Amino acid sequence: MTIFSDIGRYLLMIKGMFSKPENGRMYWKEFIHQCTEIGVGSLGIVAIISVFIGAVSTIQTAYQLVTPLIPRSTIAQIVRDTVILEFAPTLVCIVLAGVAGSRIASELGNMRVSEQIDALEIMGINTKTYLILPKIIAALLMIPLLVVIAMVLGILGGRIAGVSAGIISGNIYDKGLLEYFVPYNVFFALVKAYVFAFIISSVAAFYGYYVKGGALEIGRASTKAVVVSCIVILFADYILSALLLKQ
Amino acid sequence: MIEVKNIKKTFGDKTVIEDVSAVMKAGQCNLIIGASGSGKTVLMKCMVGLFEPDGGHVLYSGQDFTAMSNEEKTEIRKEIGMLFQGSALFDSLTVEQNIMFPLSMFTTWSHKKKLDRVNEVLARVNLVDTNKKYPAELSGGMKKRVGIARAIVLNPKYLFCDEPNSGLDPQTSLVIDRLIKEITLEYNITTVVNTHDMNSVMEIGNYILYMYKGNKEWEGNKKEIIFSKNQRLNDFIFASEFLQDAKDMRMLEEAGKISDDRNMDEMLDKDAPSLVPPDEE
Ligand SMILES: Nc1ncnc2c1ncn2[C@@H]1O[C@H](COP(=O)(O)OP(=O)(O)O)[C@@H](O)[C@H]1O
Ligand SMILES: [Mg+2]
Repeated sequence: MTIFSDIGRYLLMIKGMFSKPENGRMYWKEFIHQCTEIGVGSLGIVAIISVFIGAVSTIQTAYQLVTPLIPRSTIAQIVRDTVILEFAPTLVCIVLAGVAGSRIASELGNMRVSEQIDALEIMGINTKTYLILPKIIAALLMIPLLVVIAMVLGILGGRIAGVSAGIISGNIYDKGLLEYFVPYNVFFALVKAYVFAFIISSVAAFYGYYVKGGALEIGRASTKAVVVSCIVILFADYILSALLLKQ
Repeated sequence: MIEVKNIKKTFGDKTVIEDVSAVMKAGQCNLIIGASGSGKTVLMKCMVGLFEPDGGHVLYSGQDFTAMSNEEKTEIRKEIGMLFQGSALFDSLTVEQNIMFPLSMFTTWSHKKKLDRVNEVLARVNLVDTNKKYPAELSGGMKKRVGIARAIVLNPKYLFCDEPNSGLDPQTSLVIDRLIKEITLEYNITTVVNTHDMNSVMEIGNYILYMYKGNKEWEGNKKEIIFSKNQRLNDFIFASEFLQDAKDMRMLEEAGKISDDRNMDEMLDKDAPSLVPPDEE
């Protein structure tokens, strides 16, 4: 079965990543470069998505809460919790699998196909350590940061939409945000963000690093990286929810 | 000196290198020639350790590279420079940064000292004023020269070139070939070149290893290659009828059988010479 040999190779890749850097400064430079690529490179799309998701959540929640018995501030609570629990970590990471993941896969795939990885190996550089590790660490740092930004912007987007549609006043929305706030939810969201960040970067690196063939295969590898990481993210989301959200 | 002893390499159930041995000396160009797919690249990659051979040994100056730990291999690799078929320059770095990369990784030199060294090797490969250009802005021949510059920047003892003139016009090929030869002599490098270009063989070949379907079919020097009786080798090097005719003539001449010009004209006119363009990948 190729799936088992793929998993085996993936684990070997992770293991091979841990070796002593040949030159700390060069690795640091590469790490900073990857932080910029992943963080700054995805900030725009993350901002746009989270504002709109928050806005849509407010409108839909208001639409579903028809009874006047429930206070309007409940809308803010529901928006806050869905954004923090699900939209910010999961949806943003699915999008990041497409944006950052495909970039990682195609960058490594191109380096493989054009023998740049071989060129580094010949110089005596451990390419798993030099090319993959900085990407994974950068993702582990930047993706949770992006998720936190997405939480804030999502809740803000909800407020803007609520106020401008006359659904809820700004004061009541803000008051609602503070009611029944469970800090544990933020912790849960960050756990998800770290796990998803690792999945996105390592799965993309795996498909990119082991590309065989030419330009066509690079495209295939990055598509496959996105598809596989999305599936694994959703599966991990389910497992983490089942484990960490016990009543 | 590099010694290759009974190298074997298979991919799945496909044997690509069956059993190849060779001795490649310092200060000369050692050529691996053969048709496309005969295993030249795989043999070279087994020699430098990019592929793990399934059997056999590679010795660098008597040290068994294949038996070394990764740390020991890294030490040998610092003495190896390699020019790849597609040049393999880092596309996100400028020419200067590409060549400086090994220096930044493996030396603690100041920026000034590194830059001086970069300019020195760039001048050596006859490239000036290209420091700030990106690989995408260079022609094929220039990329190869940057590739050579990067390969020699750390003063390697061993230089590997995979098809250094694939995709280049004959004149540029000649420039690259001569450059490789000069550098080899200048720094007494053990140079290994993969090629299927007969011009290169004649230009730089000191030792020649002819690969045929994953096996060493023939070895010798460039004088011996012309008069070799090996049928497969002859089919390869005299692939065009024109060259075949030229060879026959040379053999006859050598044997003193051609005495008058009329005979020679007759031979040359024997159906129109077909000049097959060099096989470019
Ligand atoms: N990574 C690989 N996996 C499987 N087969 C390979 C691989 N690399 C090369 N081959 C096969 O090995 C044979 C020799 O290839 P190669 O050494 O590239 O030939 P060339 O003499 O043109 O350089 C070819 O048939 C090729 O298909
Ligand atoms: Mg080849």
